[in-house]
Amino acid sequence: MAEKTIIEKIWDNHLVHEESGKASILYIDLHLIHEVTSAQAFDGLRMNKRNVRRPDLTLATLDHNIPTTDRSVPVKDQASLHAINTLLKNAKEFGVEIFDMLNPNSGIVHVIGPELGLTQPGKTIVCGDSHTSTHGAFGALAFGIGTSEVEHVMATQCLQQFKPKTMEIRVNGKLPHGITAKDVILHIINNIGTDGATGYAIEYTGDVIRSFSMEERMTVCNMTIEAGARAGLIAPDETTFAYVKDKPRAPKGEAFNAAVKKWKALQTDPGARYDKVLQFDAAEVRPQVTWGTSPGMGADIEGKTPDLTQVSDANLKHTYEKALAYMGLKPNQPIKGLAIDRVFIGSCTNGRIEDLRAAAKVVKGYKVAKTVKAMVVPGSQRIKAAAEKEGLHKIFLDAGFEWRESGCSMCLGMNEDTLAPEERCASTSNRNFEGRQGKGGRTHLVSPAMAAAAAVQGAFTDIRQWKYK
Amino acid sequence: MEPFKKNKGLVAMLDAQHVDTDQIIPKQFLKRVERTGFGQFLFYDWRYLPDGKTPNPEFELNKPRYQGASILLAKDNFGCGSSREHAPWAILEYGFKVLIAPSFADIFFNNCFKNGMLPIVLPSTTVDVLFDEVKKTPGYELTIDLEKQEIDTPTGKTISFEVNAFRKNCLLNGLDDIGLTLQHEDKITSYETTHPVS
Repeated sequence: MAEKTIIEKIWDNHLVHEESGKASILYIDLHLIHEVTSAQAFDGLRMNKRNVRRPDLTLATLDHNIPTTDRSVPVKDQASLHAINTLLKNAKEFGVEIFDMLNPNSGIVHVIGPELGLTQPGKTIVCGDSHTSTHGAFGALAFGIGTSEVEHVMATQCLQQFKPKTMEIRVNGKLPHGITAKDVILHIINNIGTDGATGYAIEYTGDVIRSFSMEERMTVCNMTIEAGARAGLIAPDETTFAYVKDKPRAPKGEAFNAAVKKWKALQTDPGARYDKVLQFDAAEVRPQVTWGTSPGMGADIEGKTPDLTQVSDANLKHTYEKALAYMGLKPNQPIKGLAIDRVFIGSCTNGRIEDLRAAAKVVKGYKVAKTVKAMVVPGSQRIKAAAEKEGLHKIFLDAGFEWRESGCSMCLGMNEDTLAPEERCASTSNRNFEGRQGKGGRTHLVSPAMAAAAAVQGAFTDIRQWKYK
Repeated sequence: MEPFKKNKGLVAMLDAQHVDTDQIIPKQFLKRVERTGFGQFLFYDWRYLPDGKTPNPEFELNKPRYQGASILLAKDNFGCGSSREHAPWAILEYGFKVLIAPSFADIFFNNCFKNGMLPIVLPSTTVDVLFDEVKKTPGYELTIDLEKQEIDTPTGKTISFEVNAFRKNCLLNGLDDIGLTLQHEDKITSYETTHPVS
């Protein structure tokens, strides 16, 4: 038999129906749902008198709209409340399990899947959210879908898909001191562009990826969509199995051993061909700070905003001018020392326990600059509880950070956590689009450690020179 | 879904690369639980002045010459970012049935087809020429024929375009995806028997 990539193996394992010239029908093992992209899908089911085919493979949570302040207080925003109540009602009507805001299992959809052990190697996982690629960290084929497709999966537990092209992104070498998974993925996006992987599914390989913890792998896979690819994955290994083991909904005992045996086969065969291969040298990665309004507009802490006299492509020049104007920056402006007003540590990219530990390590013994308002929003209630058990919240609170309940929060500002116009934010989230964190707000994407250091200094600073206390 | 066969219409242009779905429909409008009502908020932050009501005269789509357009000419990587299908819903409700760009983001591209819209990918150089022609010619119209996979320009040129045969057929006939998949229900059931999910 021909050699296959892991992407092709998972694809083939889930083929329900294949017909030349048509989209293939793929079986979906896990469907995650949240309140922003599901209401219209449930309406569609009702209209056509259809059911959720496999409520047992479907899990709903509330994350985008929910406040990160005191949960015992009713949600003030009436439109948000309506969206929340609509999902609660739909889940009940269609027999789908849902974690409401008070549930200790609740959190951002891409954080809770892994921590419950539902995210497993070899699964097909979808959600009406582009950051579903996060689950690829476990060697799952996971991608975001639109609401029409959400309805399709609910009704059929399948999805019509065209096979993606495959891309290997190999990160070789050893990461320099102070460089994180976030810097690696931002560096990749900065190099290949936000449409560099459009039409592909990515497998991340190489020593650096192998050395990453599951949290770090999730950060890399999470931002795959920011490079244009819907799915990005990492073949499972002992790190993966150790993480999944003993998670509440993972297989237990003999079933787990049997599963691991199966999961071990999920490797790209030697000699299998990718449609494209890209290589990166970890030694070249510096602490990243985006300067513009697209995740591909990246720079590093030693860098500057673009020199427009060096940009010859008219379309690109126009794009850069517009981005600089929006960001309130000049061409050729150094990143280091650029003053900030806000810091957001959280999101499905960087709201996990290791992210909070990394930020707390930087903050410990320091105070947030007087000119900065900083907040930490854990990715889930479980992470919040774990961080509090370790005393991380005390470090943040002592330094002057706000310590919030979990949720998507200021990653996209659907709740009350938003930037004011022209406020400049060091954010551990995934998108620096215009208005993403609030109309007129200026977002710079960074790692948790870089965000924490910026909070203390009141400006972007080089984490590699940080004096840890 | 409404079938899509042909579209003859006024062309509007949006001269920006990487237009993301946060621009197309900002998050505050995603709280709506209906499929409709998004057109009025399309490109909200660009389209209106800070009061949120007065149309911004600088924004391209607000120019009188583009009112009533059904074809949107755009630049690279249009629709990047989030998976929100509210983006194509807003574009369609505003009046655009056809989008032409050098490239589209995957999820957005796919979402368009699910709503009876036709996103057309053309080479950058061709798109640049169309931008020039639109700029110079008020009232510039194109005729899109999906069956023939051709675009007729007012200058008498015919531009052919690629479209996946399956998607084309679904659009031409307004086929319901779920209905199509359910024709294979026996296969789904048999898959479920042989592939239990752990």
